[in-house]
Amino acid sequence: MHPAFSVILFTVISGAGYGLFILLAAFHLAGIGPAMSHGELLAHGVASLGMITLGLMLSTGHLANKKNAWRSFMRFKTSWLSREAVFAVLFYPFAGIYGLGVLLQGSAIGPLPAMAGVIAAVLAVVTLFSTGMIYGCLKTIRQWNTALTPANYIMLGIATGTALFAAIAAAFGNATTMHAGVAMVALVAAAVLKGIYYFWISRVNGPTINTATTFNRATVRLLDTGHTAGTFLTDEFGYDPRKDTIDNIKMGVFLLGFIAPVLVFASILSGAPAGIAWLAAVSSLVGIGMERWLFFAEAKHVVRLYHGAQTCTDSLAEPSRVGPEVAADTRRGDAPRGELGDTPGGSGS
Amino acid sequence: MRLGLVIDMDTCVGCHACAVACKQWNTSGTTGALTDYRPYGEDPSGVWFNRIRHYEVGDYPNNKTVNIPMSCMHCQHADCVNVCPTGASYKRPEDGIVLVDQDKCMGCNYCAWACPYGARELDREDGVMKKCTLCVDRIYDEQLPPEERQPACVITCPAHARFFGDFDDDNSEVSRLVRERGGVKQMPELGYKPVNTYLPPRITRPIPTDDVRANKLVTSVKDWVNKMVAR
Repeated sequence: MHPAFSVILFTVISGAGYGLFILLAAFHLAGIGPAMSHGELLAHGVASLGMITLGLMLSTGHLANKKNAWRSFMRFKTSWLSREAVFAVLFYPFAGIYGLGVLLQGSAIGPLPAMAGVIAAVLAVVTLFSTGMIYGCLKTIRQWNTALTPANYIMLGIATGTALFAAIAAAFGNATTMHAGVAMVALVAAAVLKGIYYFWISRVNGPTINTATTFNRATVRLLDTGHTAGTFLTDEFGYDPRKDTIDNIKMGVFLLGFIAPVLVFASILSGAPAGIAWLAAVSSLVGIGMERWLFFAEAKHVVRLYHGAQTCTDSLAEPSRVGPEVAADTRRGDAPRGELGDTPGGSGS
Repeated sequence: MRLGLVIDMDTCVGCHACAVACKQWNTSGTTGALTDYRPYGEDPSGVWFNRIRHYEVGDYPNNKTVNIPMSCMHCQHADCVNVCPTGASYKRPEDGIVLVDQDKCMGCNYCAWACPYGARELDREDGVMKKCTLCVDRIYDEQLPPEERQPACVITCPAHARFFGDFDDDNSEVSRLVRERGGVKQMPELGYKPVNTYLPPRITRPIPTDDVRANKLVTSVKDWVNKMVAR
């Protein structure tokens, strides 16, 4: 899949915003960790709502016809994209009532704003789930068509949220071992889940060029795609990053996204100043940005089977060879153009 | 009614006439234009509802070229319609044709992601998704003589490899062809239940080719000259 920059920014930024809000609601309303000052509560709230809003605005960047974006609320019944939009917007009034309660009453808010805060946190999880299901429900992309996809979206949102939460708490001098500990647990859990995903997609299977062309009894090779230049399909689905690019980015995902932030929080637990939690927050956001790029770049749509891929994990640049005879066989007329001159007997023309 | 196409992979010669006829009719049809990008440039591209790809099936010498024209399959389980967030994509209950309402589409590409057959293409100029309409603006047009109330691709096919009809009617030409020729569906394992059906190539007697060049003096001399004379 061609990675759309606006979608990467949207899912990473608003994902972290929802994660931050979930942490805020959990710490504040469930009474986990130290009591938060009025200013700190507002800082968490403004940061999370700001990131969510920025992300949602960026998400319209990949639409080819932005004036119809409002219509995306219309198909709640069947479309996960529609559900995501509805839940994302439904989140705002509840978060607003909660925020108003904090603004007017400080830390000790009444039952109504508290209830609204709980509902908003649940909607935040539901929105992250819907975002994951947009990709997870597609049968055409085997790398995405797994329960791990929404699970990853939820856990990565929460993990980046915890890092941000600890960083903002540190800015108010209110960071405790609880903050660093929770962040470490969330990051490790997210890393394990992402590791399972990478393991799973390395051996995913599904349709082949045989079932795509209906010829199940013989080898099938693409002779010609029938067009001389790129098409919408090759632009959108023909994206083929090199194997070493994928490996390098994957290294970056684990180093920046998980290992570095965990090390930062580990050093905070063993006495380093809590202020360095910012490093963890920024590092995890950059790492998850790389993770999101990879999520798209590694996804291979089944329509690629019609463009020469043999399986739904094949790279189009180097489709896996069918049978050992391909290189050696003597199909004179079909020899690649560059080799025609060397073909014995090919000079009859 | 369940309208769709039957495509005969035995007789299709891969001439792309169906794609050209489709483009010609639909660019001025209800979901036109089918925009071309850089039409006179080095790498002309554009929107097509119908694309023909060419494959080699089997290994030499038991191989065969097969041409596979592909357009919207008007699936019974059309995920493209289910995933559409705006309601722009819809499947007509009366005849099963899948269409895009150009006034509602926001161009998010999600339906193209959900389609395994590559039937949907975004028009970058108009910013909306476009796809095969099964010539809905033609097959019901009572101004046309009855024999012309068929999709443009079907009428134009010089090899008579394309058939249009109602798959719900057991006595229709398409149903009969599917029955008699053992029609097959592409990627049935995904469960989209495509309506368009493909007829596999007929099993025919292999024609020997090793005796085509008789071993005569003239051919031997020709071969020798061809070997000696550099091009």
